[in-house]
Amino acid sequence: MEIFRVKTDIPFMKFRKISAIISTSIFIASILFLVFRGLNLGVDFTGGTLMEVSYPQAANLEEIRSTLKQIDLPEAQVQNFGTNSDVLIRLPVVENLSLADLSEKIALTLKQSDPALKIERVESVGSQVGDELYEDGALAILFVAIGIMLYLWLRFEWRFAVAAIVANMHDVVIILGFFAFFQWEFNLTVLAAVLAVLGYSVNESVVVFDRVRENFRVMRKSSVTEVVNNAITRTMSRTIMTHLSTQTVVICMLIFGGEILHNFSIALTIGILFGIYSSIMVGCPLAIWLGTNQSNLAVVDVKAEK
Amino acid sequence: MNHYSSWKYILILLTIGLSLLYVTPNFYGESFAVQVMPVKAGETVDRSTLKLVEASLEKANIQNTGITFEDTDIKIKFKEATDQLNAKQVIEKSLGSKFVVALNLISNSPDWLSNLGALPMYLGLDLRGGVHFLMQLDLSKLSEKKNDGFLANVRKELQKENIKYYDSKVVNNYVQLKFKSEDALNEAKNIIRAQGSGRSIFGGNAPAKETEAFNFSEIKNNNEFILKIKNNQYTDEENVNFALKQNLETLHNRVNELGVAEPIIQQQGKDRIVVQLPGVQDTAKAKEIIGRTAILEMRMVDEDRSDPATIEKAENGQLPPGTELYYDRSGNPLLVKKEVILTGERLEDASPGVDQMTGQSVVYLDLDSIGTNIFKEVTRKNIGKRIALLLIEKNYTEVITAPKIKSEIGGGNVMITGMENAQESTDISLLLRAGSLSVPMEIVEERTVGPSMGKENIARGVNSTMWGFAAIVVLMVSYYMFFGVVSVIGLSVNLLFLTALLSALQATLTLPGLAAIAITIGMAIDANVLINERIRDEIRNGMPPQKSISQGYEKAWGTILDSNITTMIAGLALFMFGSGPIKGFAVVLVLGILTSVFSAIFVSRGIVNYIYGNKRTIKKISIGEIFKVENN
Repeated sequence: MEIFRVKTDIPFMKFRKISAIISTSIFIASILFLVFRGLNLGVDFTGGTLMEVSYPQAANLEEIRSTLKQIDLPEAQVQNFGTNSDVLIRLPVVENLSLADLSEKIALTLKQSDPALKIERVESVGSQVGDELYEDGALAILFVAIGIMLYLWLRFEWRFAVAAIVANMHDVVIILGFFAFFQWEFNLTVLAAVLAVLGYSVNESVVVFDRVRENFRVMRKSSVTEVVNNAITRTMSRTIMTHLSTQTVVICMLIFGGEILHNFSIALTIGILFGIYSSIMVGCPLAIWLGTNQSNLAVVDVKAEK
Repeated sequence: MNHYSSWKYILILLTIGLSLLYVTPNFYGESFAVQVMPVKAGETVDRSTLKLVEASLEKANIQNTGITFEDTDIKIKFKEATDQLNAKQVIEKSLGSKFVVALNLISNSPDWLSNLGALPMYLGLDLRGGVHFLMQLDLSKLSEKKNDGFLANVRKELQKENIKYYDSKVVNNYVQLKFKSEDALNEAKNIIRAQGSGRSIFGGNAPAKETEAFNFSEIKNNNEFILKIKNNQYTDEENVNFALKQNLETLHNRVNELGVAEPIIQQQGKDRIVVQLPGVQDTAKAKEIIGRTAILEMRMVDEDRSDPATIEKAENGQLPPGTELYYDRSGNPLLVKKEVILTGERLEDASPGVDQMTGQSVVYLDLDSIGTNIFKEVTRKNIGKRIALLLIEKNYTEVITAPKIKSEIGGGNVMITGMENAQESTDISLLLRAGSLSVPMEIVEERTVGPSMGKENIARGVNSTMWGFAAIVVLMVSYYMFFGVVSVIGLSVNLLFLTALLSALQATLTLPGLAAIAITIGMAIDANVLINERIRDEIRNGMPPQKSISQGYEKAWGTILDSNITTMIAGLALFMFGSGPIKGFAVVLVLGILTSVFSAIFVSRGIVNYIYGNKRTIKKISIGEIFKVENN
């Protein structure tokens, strides 16, 4: 079986103007959503308390809300989580009440009205710790971006490094844009997914660039655009197979992974889909635009001697 | 060309064999167990403890399925959860308060495996259930408390030398005293300065710094001579370190009271402590015990009603009003007044020592300024009576000692005699120190996961991995035929290596870690896809099959390396900046990259070489149908 019976190279770079318009508009839209809507940050980053409570029967959300109001916690958000007997309670940091006391108080009060309920999960984060986690997260993204860029610079050359990292950040911003648009909760686990995408989707650029470099040696008479088109076409099959495999696993995680891994899987899905698009339609045109050609790649080509 | 020397095959088989060995403990399942440990760190359990345990189980007719005895603990396995619970109660009753009896789950894997260090994977709290606390030291209270103690010592020294002062207090970060004359002020200065060298009575055991121990400043105001002293003996950093160490010790002791198997209590950063209690469900109780401050109390013995008859009545439940009945360490009953003179909060330090006069082992207590004043007053009024030091632990109160007051005791330095030996004085001072937190702490992060949730999370992660794996098998085999099979074998070996490494390193496996295993599988296949596509490419270009295979592997190698290193960078960043579950994700991601490179390249090549390498010429290899491109 061979899926891609491509007779001639697909002229991907012909569409680079259209793709530039598409990319730029999605990118700008994402930034706008991020600025004006903002991320729906989870308690990991904002500080606050999150409790998952499971009732033996369907939970009465109204009753829980009014109970919490009675103990002076009107800012509590109460919603179902997965099934209608599981409830998620979310609270910001409450002044004059320590984290430790807050969750105990809620548990105690709710158990009074229904002793059979079970506290499945509590996540309480102080506002200072939240700020630190947020800072560390931003630092991690920065560290990864710089690390990858340095490595690609070393291994290829700066034009590829810049092109790959722009394509990559494009993916990250779009994932964040999606999370801002749909107001999905952004927590530590989702951040891990974003960072994994950063490392993973750069693979795509590396594979294509590797082939571009190789092609420059073999296709001496072809133009840069032809070389790039050929490289993309020839790696198409690998691209599809690899991402299909990874995406299959991610889909399994969406199905079996439960609520905690749900947003994690969604972030990965967006990252994988846009990763394919961006390394081909953002990374490559950018590399060409920055002036990649035969001469500036041959210098650093170590593998060519093999 | 496509030939592996035999040592390479031996290496592959060896690593696979070793991995299988380290993976096996994960399949044995777990038994309900009760774990008996000494309360105090560093102590051991002995044969007599074991005999007591065995006897009490026999008496209660509880069947066990095996007892392991080590210096540090005794573990007893049971078939049923109810047996486990009953056994815990029975053993607790027979051993008393010197031992911690904790519920635990113990792997059923045979001893010879455990002896090799082959243990089941270490599950994080989100997979096994339990509580995670991050506690922050309240440093603002630290310098205040230090200066309190410093002031008390200054007062003590000045009183000793009979120097009159008034209005002594702690102001901000210094101590202030007022004198009537300049002479008195200067004399006081000299006395205090003299204490700045050598082992100082001004707190702690650390040697004084070379720099000036104290900064003095003077203000003259009419007839008032004001002296301000700033204590420089310890840097803030040292102070924080002392405080942190003591709090760690306190937490260790307190967690032992909770009876938790395998707790983790660690310093995190400069001024934080992580406490992880696997399996703990009663978070309210855990918080109460961890956050408790005072467990040492000083109270007067009710001497007026200590006649044998009254005590006997009291032992039968007829307590005289205002008193409580407690037992001292040798089991003698004592009637103690309810009124508390001092609590452990007023305790600055407790250290073991030897009484110079008698050569007996003693414990020295340092009280803070408030405590010193109270103690002086009480001892002055109660000469000839006994004062009891009560240690309240786990709702169990014991009289450590009840010495007779011989004279008024000022200065806040209290010597407790009546220790049996040096070991006991060390133990008691440790207990007293452990009783009080040196600096208050606050919980700044709490993560609790219920036990059923933990099991659910395991199922979620395992199911995702299994189904993901199955889907990839179908995909790869149908697309790449025999080479697909080779890839899948490589992938299985990768999964085996990864699980073995995680087990052997005892890295904490979390739910995001399980997700990382699934993702690693999805990403690891990239290496195989790259190789297979390369081989197809070579064949498409008219290369003979043997050459295509070797060229395919060779050309794919550089790309595989590049793409894995970039993912590795992301993994390392996650490890450096991530915390808790995220760190678990990073560990698996990084390990998965290492194992996948090894298995995708080395192992899969080995299989291919084994099948094709020995044949002189092959006409066709099974890598799926290849469509010839009419090259442009």
